[in-house]
Amino acid sequence: MSRLRPVPVLRRRKLKERIFRALMAASVLLVVGCLALIVGTIIWKGLPAMNLAMVTQTPKGGYYLGREGGILNAIIGSLYLASGATLLAILFSLPVVLYINIYAKRNSRLASMTRFSLDVLWGIPSIVYGAFGFIIMIFFGLKSSLLAGIVAVGLLEFPIMSRAADEVIRMVPRELLEASYSLGATRLETALKVVLRQCLPGLLTAVLIAFGRGIGDAASVLFTAGFTDRIPTSLLQPAATLPLAIFFQLGTPFPEVQQRAYASAAILTLIILVISLLARGLGRRYTRHIIK
Amino acid sequence: METRTHISVQNLSVYLDGLRILRDVSIDIPDRKITVIIGPSGCGKTTLLKSLNRLLDPLDGVRVQGRVLVDGVDIYDPRTEVTEVRKKMGLLSQRPQALPMSIYDNVAYGPRIHNHISKKNLDEIVEHHLRLAGLWEEVKDRLGEPASRLSLGQQQRLCLARGLAVGPEIILGDEPTSALDPQSSQNVERRLIELKQEYTVIVVTHILRQAKRIADYIVFLYLGELVEHGPAAEVFANPRDPRTRAYLTGEIS
Repeated sequence: MSRLRPVPVLRRRKLKERIFRALMAASVLLVVGCLALIVGTIIWKGLPAMNLAMVTQTPKGGYYLGREGGILNAIIGSLYLASGATLLAILFSLPVVLYINIYAKRNSRLASMTRFSLDVLWGIPSIVYGAFGFIIMIFFGLKSSLLAGIVAVGLLEFPIMSRAADEVIRMVPRELLEASYSLGATRLETALKVVLRQCLPGLLTAVLIAFGRGIGDAASVLFTAGFTDRIPTSLLQPAATLPLAIFFQLGTPFPEVQQRAYASAAILTLIILVISLLARGLGRRYTRHIIK
Repeated sequence: METRTHISVQNLSVYLDGLRILRDVSIDIPDRKITVIIGPSGCGKTTLLKSLNRLLDPLDGVRVQGRVLVDGVDIYDPRTEVTEVRKKMGLLSQRPQALPMSIYDNVAYGPRIHNHISKKNLDEIVEHHLRLAGLWEEVKDRLGEPASRLSLGQQQRLCLARGLAVGPEIILGDEPTSALDPQSSQNVERRLIELKQEYTVIVVTHILRQAKRIADYIVFLYLGELVEHGPAAEVFANPRDPRTRAYLTGEIS
């Protein structure tokens, strides 16, 4: 007898299928809903305080306490800081990642130890990086400054960027490396001319993820970047940052200033959004040469 | 002493994670002929091929014993410069591996690494080798396009051009047609037959008919052991070893 009609067992299996699909759909909804809720709250609460002065002026009336002026110091400060930190992190993470993927044997102890260390570093809370950055700062006799902030945030970004880049570079097929080696290329030439090109979009994403984490982090800059109402003009001057601006504005007892905190948060979110889109666009431009 | 061939393998054993993949292989590969390495899957064909230009180096847990002489130099001697060894050989892999760059840059990759060449000379080199690989007419108007846009058959010929542009004396092919359609395969086979005038060609294949079509010299491996080698006509007509006969008649595969 053919069983084209559902028998009890099949019905139960179908039910399971349906329940799990519903659960998955619910999770997707939850994720998207969270994003919408956060962005919505920021905009709804921050919009009244948003005006041109916010993004074109520095604060007036003492450190964020005034209701006048803007947060240009924090916007510029954050951009400087995150850019510097990201550059610093690239400088250290690219060699590490290339080394464990191209020079070390694929499953060597060194590679797995490095990956483990990076995972641990990733898990360290950012306040610890802040404290560590502070110690380094004191050691070199620096005051809180843009430079000290860059070092602390750079440390924070380094494991994030490295691990993300590692995942990308690990996907490069061995045959592609062999093709380059067989032409007499050294490992370095292969890494720079073939691997980096093949991985460019993924690496851009890795850099972006790190940048996003860096620009949004408050704890690591708390002790290191300092406080100021002014826009820094040198690496040794203190720099304000958006996350700390939000923190201090929210901490005031004045509702108008608290509202400005949401406007600051909206600006920070917008910066991250723009950079995400930019990286996506750039990534797409460079995919044309990629070997699938 | 007799005149040595380009490539001479002497008592070569290769171990992978302690497992012996090749056992005590000794053979002189004849110059300017197509040598085809045949044998069942997993018999060490590819390992033998890759041991010739030290592509086994990056693998985990590989140990090589014995010698491989290329133009009289033992390539496993620590003093030997591995990039120079590889420069002497072009490689075609199972799936064509174009590099993530334009068609032009793929062919120019080797020459740019090894020599400082003017742009004009480079243009000539690229054109010459694309012609040699029989690809020029198809790509001359789109040299700037990504190599990944070419069909697989075209990509394999691009890899051939890229390998030739380094100026090798030897061409290695690791089942170079296994990913290609019949027409592209035929095209690649024809190129190899033309190229043997000037190059020593070594091809691994598991397709017996292909071996019969292109081979001048046959190397038969079985379970890591060199069972028999000799001129193709002789081996095919009159295999000496019962295992070779069994393989040729299709009793074992």
